Amino acid sequence: MSIKGKAYIVGAYEHPLRKAPDKSVAQLHAECAKGAIEDAGLTKDDIDGCFCAGDSPGANVWSMANYMNLKLRHVDSTDMGGCSYLVHVAHAAQAIAAGKCNVALITLAGRPNSEGSSGTQVRERGVNLPDAPYEMPYSPVTVNLYAMAAMRHMYEYGTTSEQLAWVKVAASHHAQHNPNAMLRNVVTVEDVINSPMISDPLHRLDCCVVTDGGGAVIVARPEIAKSLKRPLVKITGAGETTKGQMGGKLDLAYSGAVWTGPRAFEEAGVKPADIKYASIYDSFTITVVMQLEDLGFCRKGEGGKFVADGNLISGAGKLPFNTDGGGLCNNHPANRGGMTKVIEAVRQLRGEAHPAVQVKNCGLALAHGTGGSLGHRHGSATLIMERE
Amino acid sequence: MATPYQERKLRDTTLNPGDQPYFDAAAEGRLMLKKCSDCGEYHHYPRSLCPHCFSDKVEWVQAKGTGEIYTYSVMRRGTPVPYCIAYVTLDEGVRMMTNIVDCDLDTIRIGQRVKVVFRKTEGGVSVPVFAPA
Repeated sequence: MSIKGKAYIVGAYEHPLRKAPDKSVAQLHAECAKGAIEDAGLTKDDIDGCFCAGDSPGANVWSMANYMNLKLRHVDSTDMGGCSYLVHVAHAAQAIAAGKCNVALITLAGRPNSEGSSGTQVRERGVNLPDAPYEMPYSPVTVNLYAMAAMRHMYEYGTTSEQLAWVKVAASHHAQHNPNAMLRNVVTVEDVINSPMISDPLHRLDCCVVTDGGGAVIVARPEIAKSLKRPLVKITGAGETTKGQMGGKLDLAYSGAVWTGPRAFEEAGVKPADIKYASIYDSFTITVVMQLEDLGFCRKGEGGKFVADGNLISGAGKLPFNTDGGGLCNNHPANRGGMTKVIEAVRQLRGEAHPAVQVKNCGLALAHGTGGSLGHRHGSATLIMERE
Repeated sequence: MATPYQERKLRDTTLNPGDQPYFDAAAEGRLMLKKCSDCGEYHHYPRSLCPHCFSDKVEWVQAKGTGEIYTYSVMRRGTPVPYCIAYVTLDEGVRMMTNIVDCDLDTIRIGQRVKVVFRKTEGGVSVPVFAPA
Protein backbone atom coordinates (compact mmCIF):
# COMPACT_ATOMS: atom_id res chain seq x y z
CA MET A 1 0.00 0.00 0.00
CA SER A 2 1.31 3.42 -0.94
CA ILE A 3 0.62 6.59 1.06
CA LYS A 4 0.63 8.66 -2.13
CA GLY A 5 -2.35 11.01 -2.04
CA LYS A 6 -3.87 9.32 1.01
CA ALA A 7 -3.29 12.22 3.42
CA TYR A 8 -2.67 15.97 3.49
CA ILE A 9 -0.85 18.34 5.82
CA VAL A 10 -3.64 20.71 6.83
CA GLY A 11 -2.11 22.62 9.74
CA ALA A 12 1.37 23.89 10.59
CA TYR A 13 2.65 26.14 13.35
CA GLU A 14 6.11 27.17 14.52
CA HIS A 15 6.35 28.60 18.02
CA PRO A 16 7.64 32.20 17.75
CA LEU A 17 9.85 32.03 20.86
CA ARG A 18 13.50 31.00 20.78
CA LYS A 19 13.96 31.33 24.55
CA ALA A 20 11.11 30.38 26.88
CA PRO A 21 12.43 30.09 30.46
CA ASP A 22 9.01 30.72 32.00
CA LYS A 23 7.05 28.12 30.03
CA SER A 24 6.92 24.39 30.74
CA VAL A 25 7.73 21.93 27.97
CA ALA A 26 4.16 20.61 28.18
CA GLN A 27 2.82 24.15 27.79
CA LEU A 28 5.00 24.65 24.70
CA HIS A 29 3.70 21.38 23.19
CA ALA A 30 0.12 22.48 23.83
CA GLU A 31 0.68 26.00 22.47
CA CYS A 32 2.11 24.49 19.28
CA ALA A 33 -0.85 22.11 19.02
CA LYS A 34 -3.28 25.00 19.45
CA GLY A 35 -1.47 27.02 16.79
CA ALA A 36 -1.59 24.18 14.26
CA ILE A 37 -5.24 23.35 15.02
CA GLU A 38 -6.20 27.00 14.48
CA ASP A 39 -4.08 27.23 11.35
CA ALA A 40 -6.01 24.27 9.92
CA GLY A 41 -9.39 25.65 10.95
CA LEU A 42 -10.12 22.58 13.07
CA THR A 43 -10.96 22.12 16.76
CA LYS A 44 -9.25 20.02 19.42
CA ASP A 45 -12.14 17.56 19.33
CA ASP A 46 -11.32 16.76 15.68
CA ILE A 47 -7.98 15.22 16.72
CA ASP A 48 -8.15 11.42 16.89
CA GLY A 49 -4.49 10.54 16.33
CA CYS A 50 -1.53 11.85 18.34
CA PHE A 51 2.22 11.64 17.82
CA CYS A 52 4.98 12.64 20.29
CA ALA A 53 8.61 11.51 20.20
CA GLY A 54 10.57 10.14 23.15
CA ASP A 55 11.78 13.56 24.29
CA SER A 56 8.23 14.68 25.13
CA PRO A 57 7.27 14.84 28.81
CA GLY A 58 7.04 11.30 30.14
CA ALA A 59 8.92 9.96 27.09
CA ASN A 60 5.62 8.78 25.71
CA VAL A 61 2.61 10.23 23.94
CA TRP A 62 0.23 9.60 26.86
CA SER A 63 1.51 12.49 29.00
CA MET A 64 0.78 15.11 26.35
CA ALA A 65 -2.46 13.40 25.29
CA ASN A 66 -3.52 13.65 28.94
CA TYR A 67 -2.39 17.31 29.28
CA MET A 68 -4.41 18.27 26.20
CA ASN A 69 -7.26 15.91 27.21
CA LEU A 70 -7.45 14.25 23.80
CA LYS A 71 -9.71 11.34 22.91
CA LEU A 72 -7.64 9.16 20.59
CA ARG A 73 -7.88 6.06 18.49
CA HIS A 74 -4.35 6.10 17.09
CA VAL A 75 -1.15 6.80 19.06
CA ASP A 76 2.54 6.77 18.15
CA SER A 77 5.61 7.57 20.30
CA THR A 78 8.21 6.73 17.66
CA ASP A 79 11.56 8.36 18.41
CA MET A 80 14.12 8.90 15.66
CA GLY A 81 15.84 11.90 17.22
CA GLY A 82 15.60 15.07 15.18
CA CYS A 83 13.96 13.41 12.19
CA SER A 84 11.13 11.92 14.29
CA TYR A 85 8.62 14.44 12.96
CA LEU A 86 9.18 13.52 9.31
CA VAL A 87 8.67 9.89 10.30
CA HIS A 88 5.52 10.91 12.21
CA VAL A 89 4.05 12.58 9.13
CA ALA A 90 4.64 9.41 7.10
CA HIS A 91 3.25 7.18 9.87
CA ALA A 92 0.22 9.46 10.20
CA ALA A 93 -0.40 9.12 6.46
CA GLN A 94 -0.12 5.32 6.81
CA ALA A 95 -2.57 5.31 9.74
CA ILE A 96 -5.03 7.48 7.83
CA ALA A 97 -4.70 5.29 4.71
CA ALA A 98 -5.41 2.24 6.88
CA GLY A 99 -8.49 3.88 8.39
CA LYS A 100 -7.00 4.08 11.89
CA CYS A 101 -7.56 7.83 12.35
CA ASN A 102 -8.82 10.92 10.51
CA VAL A 103 -6.87 13.85 11.94
CA ALA A 104 -3.38 13.32 13.41
CA LEU A 105 -1.61 15.88 15.60
CA ILE A 106 2.21 15.85 15.72
CA THR A 107 3.97 18.09 18.26
CA LEU A 108 7.53 18.92 19.27
CA ALA A 109 8.72 21.21 22.06
CA GLY A 110 11.71 21.71 24.31
CA ARG A 111 13.85 24.22 26.17
CA PRO A 112 17.53 23.42 25.56
CA ASN A 113 18.39 27.12 25.33
CA SER A 114 17.02 27.84 28.81
CA GLU A 115 18.43 24.59 30.18
CA GLY A 116 21.97 25.31 28.96
CA SER A 117 22.28 22.44 26.48
CA SER A 118 25.34 22.43 24.22
CA GLY A 119 26.56 20.24 21.38
CA THR A 120 29.98 20.23 23.05
CA GLN A 121 28.76 18.31 26.10
CA VAL A 122 28.31 14.57 26.58
CA ARG A 123 24.60 13.75 26.73
CA GLU A 124 23.25 11.21 29.20
CA ARG A 125 21.74 8.49 27.05
CA GLY A 126 20.21 6.15 29.61
CA VAL A 127 21.11 2.62 30.67
CA ASN A 128 21.51 -0.75 28.93
CA LEU A 129 23.15 0.78 25.86
CA PRO A 130 25.32 -1.90 24.23
CA ASP A 131 27.66 0.66 22.67
CA ALA A 132 28.22 2.92 25.69
CA PRO A 133 31.14 1.07 27.36
CA TYR A 134 33.03 1.17 24.04
CA GLU A 135 32.35 4.85 23.32
CA MET A 136 31.59 7.00 26.35
CA PRO A 137 35.15 6.99 27.77
CA TYR A 138 36.23 8.76 24.55
CA SER A 139 33.78 11.68 25.02
CA PRO A 140 31.78 11.56 21.81
CA VAL A 141 29.57 14.67 21.67
CA THR A 142 27.26 15.92 18.96
CA VAL A 143 29.77 18.25 17.32
CA ASN A 144 32.82 15.98 17.28
CA LEU A 145 30.81 13.06 15.88
CA TYR A 146 29.61 15.17 12.94
CA ALA A 147 33.11 16.61 12.67
CA MET A 148 34.51 13.11 12.10
CA ALA A 149 32.04 12.66 9.22
CA ALA A 150 33.13 16.03 7.82
CA MET A 151 36.82 15.17 8.14
CA ARG A 152 36.32 11.92 6.26
CA HIS A 153 34.26 13.65 3.56
CA MET A 154 37.04 16.18 3.05
CA TYR A 155 39.59 13.35 2.83
CA GLU A 156 37.62 11.24 0.34
CA TYR A 157 36.19 13.98 -1.86
CA GLY A 158 38.29 17.09 -1.36
CA THR A 159 35.41 19.03 0.21
CA THR A 160 36.66 22.33 1.67
CA SER A 161 35.75 24.50 4.66
CA GLU A 162 34.85 27.27 2.22
CA GLN A 163 32.32 25.00 0.50
CA LEU A 164 30.77 24.01 3.84
CA ALA A 165 30.60 27.70 4.77
CA TRP A 166 28.36 28.38 1.76
CA VAL A 167 25.59 26.37 3.44
CA LYS A 168 25.60 28.77 6.39
CA VAL A 169 25.88 31.79 4.10
CA ALA A 170 22.76 30.69 2.20
CA ALA A 171 20.82 30.05 5.42
CA SER A 172 21.76 33.51 6.70
CA HIS A 173 20.53 35.14 3.49
CA HIS A 174 17.13 33.58 4.20
CA ALA A 175 17.10 34.26 7.96
CA GLN A 176 17.47 38.02 7.45
CA HIS A 177 13.82 38.03 6.32
CA ASN A 178 12.52 36.00 9.28
CA PRO A 179 11.67 38.27 12.24
CA ASN A 180 11.60 35.28 14.61
CA ALA A 181 14.99 33.89 13.55
CA MET A 182 17.60 33.49 16.30
CA LEU A 183 20.38 34.84 14.04
CA ARG A 184 19.35 37.38 11.38
CA ASN A 185 22.72 38.76 10.30
CA VAL A 186 23.89 37.89 6.80
CA VAL A 187 27.31 36.26 7.03
CA THR A 188 30.09 35.63 4.51
CA VAL A 189 32.28 32.61 3.81
CA GLU A 190 35.09 34.46 5.59
CA ASP A 191 32.90 35.02 8.66
CA VAL A 192 32.30 31.27 8.89
CA ILE A 193 35.89 30.11 8.44
CA ASN A 194 37.19 32.84 10.77
CA SER A 195 34.75 31.89 13.54
CA PRO A 196 36.29 29.85 16.38
CA MET A 197 37.16 26.22 15.61
CA ILE A 198 34.95 24.05 17.81
CA SER A 199 35.97 20.57 16.65
CA ASP A 200 38.12 20.20 13.52
CA PRO A 201 36.95 20.95 10.82
CA LEU A 202 33.72 22.49 12.14
CA HIS A 203 33.72 26.15 13.20
CA ARG A 204 31.16 27.81 15.42
CA LEU A 205 29.22 29.05 12.39
CA ASP A 206 29.12 25.53 10.91
CA CYS A 207 26.88 24.59 13.86
CA CYS A 208 23.13 25.09 14.30
CA VAL A 209 21.55 27.27 16.97
CA VAL A 210 20.26 25.95 20.30
CA THR A 211 16.68 27.17 20.85
CA ASP A 212 13.61 26.71 23.00
CA GLY A 213 10.20 26.44 21.42
CA GLY A 214 8.75 23.89 19.07
CA GLY A 215 6.19 23.30 16.39
CA ALA A 216 3.26 21.19 15.32
CA VAL A 217 1.67 19.86 12.15
CA ILE A 218 -1.68 18.23 11.48
CA VAL A 219 -2.22 15.47 8.94
CA ALA A 220 -5.75 14.68 7.76
CA ARG A 221 -7.59 12.44 5.34
CA PRO A 222 -8.36 13.90 1.88
CA GLU A 223 -12.08 14.55 2.43
CA ILE A 224 -11.33 16.58 5.56
CA ALA A 225 -8.43 18.46 3.92
CA LYS A 226 -10.68 19.44 1.02
CA SER A 227 -13.40 20.69 3.41
CA LEU A 228 -10.99 23.20 4.98
CA LYS A 229 -10.11 26.65 3.64
CA ARG A 230 -6.34 26.12 3.45
CA PRO A 231 -4.21 25.41 0.36
CA LEU A 232 -3.87 21.66 -0.19
CA VAL A 233 -0.51 20.06 0.65
CA LYS A 234 -0.60 16.43 -0.37
CA ILE A 235 1.84 13.79 0.95
CA THR A 236 3.12 11.78 -2.01
CA GLY A 237 6.17 9.83 -0.86
CA ALA A 238 8.24 8.90 2.17
CA GLY A 239 11.21 6.82 3.25
CA GLU A 240 12.73 5.98 6.62
CA THR A 241 15.69 3.97 7.86
CA THR A 242 18.54 3.79 10.34
CA LYS A 243 22.26 3.54 9.64
CA GLY A 244 24.92 2.52 12.14
CA GLN A 245 28.45 1.24 12.45
CA MET A 246 27.71 -2.03 10.67
CA GLY A 247 29.46 -4.24 13.19
CA GLY A 248 32.76 -2.45 12.64
CA LYS A 249 32.48 -2.01 8.85
CA LEU A 250 31.81 1.66 9.49
CA ASP A 251 31.54 3.98 6.48
CA LEU A 252 30.98 7.64 7.37
CA ALA A 253 31.03 8.86 3.77
CA TYR A 254 27.29 8.47 3.27
CA SER A 255 24.04 8.70 5.24
CA GLY A 256 20.78 6.77 5.38
CA ALA A 257 19.44 9.19 2.76
CA VAL A 258 20.92 6.87 0.11
CA TRP A 259 18.11 4.46 1.03
CA THR A 260 15.25 6.80 2.04
CA GLY A 261 15.63 9.17 -0.91
CA PRO A 262 15.14 6.65 -3.72
CA ARG A 263 12.16 5.04 -1.92
CA ALA A 264 10.44 8.40 -1.41
CA PHE A 265 11.09 9.54 -4.99
CA GLU A 266 9.81 6.23 -6.35
CA GLU A 267 6.62 6.39 -4.28
CA ALA A 268 5.99 9.99 -5.33
CA GLY A 269 6.87 9.25 -8.95
CA VAL A 270 9.26 12.21 -9.21
CA LYS A 271 13.00 12.86 -9.53
CA PRO A 272 15.36 15.13 -7.59
CA ALA A 273 15.43 17.52 -10.56
CA ASP A 274 11.66 18.03 -10.21
CA ILE A 275 11.94 19.41 -6.65
CA LYS A 276 11.31 23.18 -6.44
CA TYR A 277 12.15 23.61 -2.76
CA ALA A 278 14.05 21.43 -0.26
CA SER A 279 14.10 21.50 3.53
CA ILE A 280 17.39 19.80 4.36
CA TYR A 281 18.36 18.98 7.93
CA ASP A 282 21.10 21.38 8.94
CA SER A 283 22.42 20.43 12.36
CA PHE A 284 25.80 21.26 10.82
CA THR A 285 26.88 22.44 7.39
CA ILE A 286 28.32 19.00 6.56
CA THR A 287 24.91 17.42 7.23
CA VAL A 288 23.44 19.39 4.31
CA VAL A 289 26.25 18.53 1.90
CA MET A 290 26.07 14.80 2.59
CA GLN A 291 22.27 14.62 2.45
CA LEU A 292 22.08 16.53 -0.85
CA GLU A 293 24.51 14.04 -2.39
CA ASP A 294 22.79 11.01 -0.91
CA LEU A 295 19.34 12.20 -2.01
CA GLY A 296 20.65 12.51 -5.57
CA PHE A 297 20.61 16.31 -6.02
CA CYS A 298 24.21 15.97 -7.21
CA ARG A 299 26.75 13.18 -7.67
CA LYS A 300 28.40 11.62 -4.61
CA GLY A 301 31.38 13.71 -3.55
CA GLU A 302 30.22 16.80 -5.43
CA GLY A 303 28.07 18.22 -2.63
CA GLY A 304 30.71 20.80 -1.78
CA LYS A 305 30.72 22.16 -5.33
CA PHE A 306 26.92 21.97 -5.47
CA VAL A 307 26.35 24.20 -2.41
CA ALA A 308 29.04 26.75 -3.32
CA ASP A 309 28.48 30.19 -4.80
CA GLY A 310 24.97 30.65 -3.45
CA ASN A 311 23.35 27.68 -5.18
CA LEU A 312 21.04 27.14 -2.17
CA ILE A 313 19.87 30.78 -1.96
CA SER A 314 16.25 31.35 -2.97
CA GLY A 315 16.03 33.46 -6.12
CA ALA A 316 19.75 33.09 -6.86
CA GLY A 317 20.58 29.38 -6.85
CA LYS A 318 19.19 26.24 -8.44
CA LEU A 319 17.93 24.59 -5.25
CA PRO A 320 16.37 26.96 -2.70
CA PHE A 321 16.73 25.36 0.74
CA ASN A 322 15.67 26.17 4.32
CA THR A 323 14.08 29.49 3.43
CA ASP A 324 13.17 30.15 7.09
CA GLY A 325 16.90 30.30 7.89
CA GLY A 326 16.99 26.64 8.92
CA GLY A 327 18.56 25.23 12.02
CA LEU A 328 21.75 27.12 11.25
CA CYS A 329 20.12 30.55 11.71
CA ASN A 330 16.43 30.38 12.54
CA ASN A 331 15.42 27.62 14.92
CA HIS A 332 16.43 24.15 16.12
CA PRO A 333 13.87 23.69 18.90
CA ALA A 334 14.55 20.94 21.44
CA ASN A 335 17.77 20.14 19.51
CA ARG A 336 15.51 18.54 16.91
CA GLY A 337 15.22 20.15 13.50
CA GLY A 338 12.77 17.85 11.74
CA MET A 339 9.57 19.68 12.66
CA THR A 340 10.69 23.04 11.29
CA LYS A 341 11.79 21.27 8.09
CA VAL A 342 8.21 20.11 7.49
CA ILE A 343 6.71 23.48 8.47
CA GLU A 344 8.80 25.55 6.04
CA ALA A 345 8.06 23.09 3.21
CA VAL A 346 4.34 23.54 3.94
CA ARG A 347 4.75 27.33 3.89
CA GLN A 348 6.50 27.13 0.52
CA LEU A 349 3.85 24.87 -1.01
CA ARG A 350 1.07 27.13 0.29
CA GLY A 351 2.84 30.22 -1.06
CA GLU A 352 3.06 31.54 2.50
CA ALA A 353 6.84 31.82 2.89
CA HIS A 354 8.27 35.32 3.28
CA PRO A 355 7.88 37.07 -0.12
CA ALA A 356 11.64 37.63 -0.31
CA VAL A 357 12.29 33.87 -0.21
CA GLN A 358 9.07 32.40 -1.63
CA VAL A 359 9.86 30.06 -4.54
CA LYS A 360 7.74 30.87 -7.59
CA ASN A 361 5.20 28.21 -8.57
CA CYS A 362 6.37 25.96 -5.77
CA GLY A 363 4.40 22.82 -6.54
CA LEU A 364 6.74 20.12 -5.28
CA ALA A 365 8.86 20.09 -2.12
CA LEU A 366 11.07 17.66 -0.27
CA ALA A 367 11.93 17.57 3.42
CA HIS A 368 14.70 15.37 4.73
CA GLY A 369 15.99 14.79 8.24
CA THR A 370 18.82 13.08 10.06
CA GLY A 371 18.33 12.20 13.74
CA GLY A 372 21.09 11.06 16.09
CA SER A 373 24.53 11.46 14.61
CA LEU A 374 26.19 10.90 11.24
CA GLY A 375 29.27 9.94 13.32
CA HIS A 376 27.87 6.74 14.84
CA ARG A 377 24.13 5.95 14.60
CA HIS A 378 21.39 7.90 12.92
CA GLY A 379 17.87 7.80 11.64
CA SER A 380 17.01 9.16 8.20
CA ALA A 381 13.64 10.24 6.90
CA THR A 382 12.54 11.73 3.58
CA LEU A 383 9.15 13.24 2.81
CA ILE A 384 7.85 14.48 -0.54
CA MET A 385 4.87 16.82 -0.68
CA GLU A 386 2.93 18.34 -3.55
CA ARG A 387 0.68 21.38 -3.89
CA GLU A 388 -2.70 20.29 -5.26
CA MET B 1 51.32 26.28 16.73
CA ALA B 2 50.95 23.01 18.53
CA THR B 3 48.33 21.36 20.69
CA PRO B 4 50.21 19.01 23.01
CA TYR B 5 48.25 16.01 24.31
CA GLN B 6 47.13 16.43 27.91
CA GLU B 7 45.81 13.70 30.17
CA ARG B 8 42.12 14.12 30.96
CA LYS B 9 39.43 12.43 32.96
CA LEU B 10 37.87 9.53 31.05
CA ARG B 11 34.22 8.91 31.73
CA ASP B 12 32.96 5.72 33.33
CA THR B 13 29.91 3.84 32.16
CA THR B 14 28.02 0.91 33.57
CA LEU B 15 29.13 -2.31 31.93
CA ASN B 16 26.51 -4.70 30.64
CA PRO B 17 26.61 -8.46 31.19
CA GLY B 18 29.18 -9.83 28.74
CA ASP B 19 31.41 -6.73 28.67
CA GLN B 20 33.77 -7.67 31.51
CA PRO B 21 36.27 -9.89 29.59
CA TYR B 22 37.10 -7.01 27.21
CA PHE B 23 37.94 -4.68 30.07
CA ASP B 24 39.73 -7.39 32.10
CA ALA B 25 41.99 -8.00 29.09
CA ALA B 26 42.51 -4.25 28.66
CA ALA B 27 43.73 -4.12 32.28
CA GLU B 28 46.39 -6.65 31.24
CA GLY B 29 47.35 -4.63 28.16
CA ARG B 30 45.49 -6.68 25.57
CA LEU B 31 42.95 -5.44 23.01
CA MET B 32 40.27 -8.04 22.35
CA LEU B 33 37.88 -8.46 19.42
CA LYS B 34 35.01 -10.81 18.86
CA LYS B 35 35.36 -13.18 15.91
CA CYS B 36 32.66 -15.43 14.46
CA SER B 37 33.63 -19.09 14.02
CA ASP B 38 30.87 -19.59 11.48
CA CYS B 39 31.41 -16.73 9.00
CA GLY B 40 34.96 -15.85 10.06
CA GLU B 41 34.25 -12.12 10.41
CA TYR B 42 35.54 -9.92 13.21
CA HIS B 43 33.20 -7.37 14.71
CA HIS B 44 33.24 -4.44 17.14
CA TYR B 45 31.77 -3.40 19.59
CA PRO B 46 31.59 -6.94 20.97
CA ARG B 47 28.24 -8.73 20.86
CA SER B 48 26.91 -12.13 21.88
CA LEU B 49 25.58 -12.72 18.34
CA CYS B 50 27.61 -12.08 15.18
CA PRO B 51 26.15 -8.89 13.59
CA HIS B 52 27.05 -10.24 10.15
CA CYS B 53 25.57 -13.79 10.14
CA PHE B 54 23.75 -13.85 13.52
CA SER B 55 25.60 -16.97 14.65
CA ASP B 56 26.07 -17.36 18.40
CA LYS B 57 29.50 -18.93 17.86
CA VAL B 58 31.47 -15.79 18.55
CA GLU B 59 34.69 -15.88 20.54
CA TRP B 60 37.20 -13.44 21.97
CA VAL B 61 40.49 -13.17 20.10
CA GLN B 62 43.40 -10.86 20.78
CA ALA B 63 43.89 -8.10 18.22
CA LYS B 64 47.37 -7.14 17.04
CA GLY B 65 46.73 -3.66 18.43
CA THR B 66 47.87 -1.82 15.33
CA GLY B 67 45.99 0.05 12.65
CA GLU B 68 45.47 3.38 10.94
CA ILE B 69 43.35 6.43 11.56
CA TYR B 70 40.09 6.33 9.54
CA THR B 71 38.88 9.72 10.72
CA TYR B 72 39.36 12.03 13.70
CA SER B 73 38.48 15.41 15.17
CA VAL B 74 40.27 17.52 17.76
CA MET B 75 37.73 18.97 20.16
CA ARG B 76 38.95 22.47 21.02
CA ARG B 77 36.07 24.29 22.73
CA GLY B 78 33.66 23.44 25.52
CA THR B 79 36.12 20.96 27.01
CA PRO B 80 38.57 21.38 29.93
CA VAL B 81 41.47 20.24 27.70
CA PRO B 82 41.58 19.59 23.94
CA TYR B 83 41.22 15.93 22.99
CA CYS B 84 41.16 13.90 19.81
CA ILE B 85 38.30 11.51 19.12
CA ALA B 86 38.88 9.10 16.24
CA TYR B 87 37.91 5.91 14.52
CA VAL B 88 40.85 3.59 13.93
CA THR B 89 40.79 0.81 11.32
CA LEU B 90 42.49 -2.11 13.02
CA ASP B 91 44.70 -4.37 10.93
CA GLU B 92 42.00 -7.04 11.43
CA GLY B 93 39.70 -4.79 9.37
CA VAL B 94 37.23 -3.47 11.92
CA ARG B 95 36.86 0.19 12.88
CA MET B 96 36.59 1.27 16.51
CA MET B 97 35.97 4.56 18.25
CA THR B 98 38.87 5.73 20.39
CA ASN B 99 41.05 8.66 21.41
CA ILE B 100 44.46 9.51 19.96
CA VAL B 101 47.03 10.28 22.68
CA ASP B 102 50.70 11.04 23.32
CA CYS B 103 51.35 13.40 20.40
CA ASP B 104 50.87 16.95 19.15
CA LEU B 105 47.15 16.82 18.32
CA ASP B 106 47.72 19.23 15.41
CA THR B 107 49.85 16.63 13.60
CA ILE B 108 47.20 13.87 13.51
CA ARG B 109 46.21 12.79 9.99
CA ILE B 110 43.85 10.31 8.33
CA GLY B 111 45.85 7.24 7.27
CA GLN B 112 48.39 7.66 10.06
CA ARG B 113 49.68 4.39 11.60
CA VAL B 114 48.83 3.97 15.28
CA LYS B 115 49.26 1.39 18.04
CA VAL B 116 47.17 0.63 21.07
CA VAL B 117 48.06 1.90 24.54
CA PHE B 118 45.84 1.91 27.60
CA ARG B 119 44.47 4.56 29.95
CA LYS B 120 42.33 4.27 33.04
CA THR B 121 38.93 5.90 33.52
CA GLU B 122 38.17 7.86 36.67
CA GLY B 123 36.78 4.65 38.16
CA GLY B 124 39.93 2.67 37.28
CA VAL B 125 38.65 0.76 34.24
CA SER B 126 41.32 0.28 31.56
CA VAL B 127 40.31 1.36 28.06
CA PRO B 128 42.22 1.16 24.79
CA VAL B 129 43.41 4.40 23.16
CA PHE B 130 45.91 4.82 20.35
CA ALA B 131 49.22 6.62 19.90
CA PRO B 132 51.29 7.18 16.75
CA ALA B 133 53.14 3.96 15.86
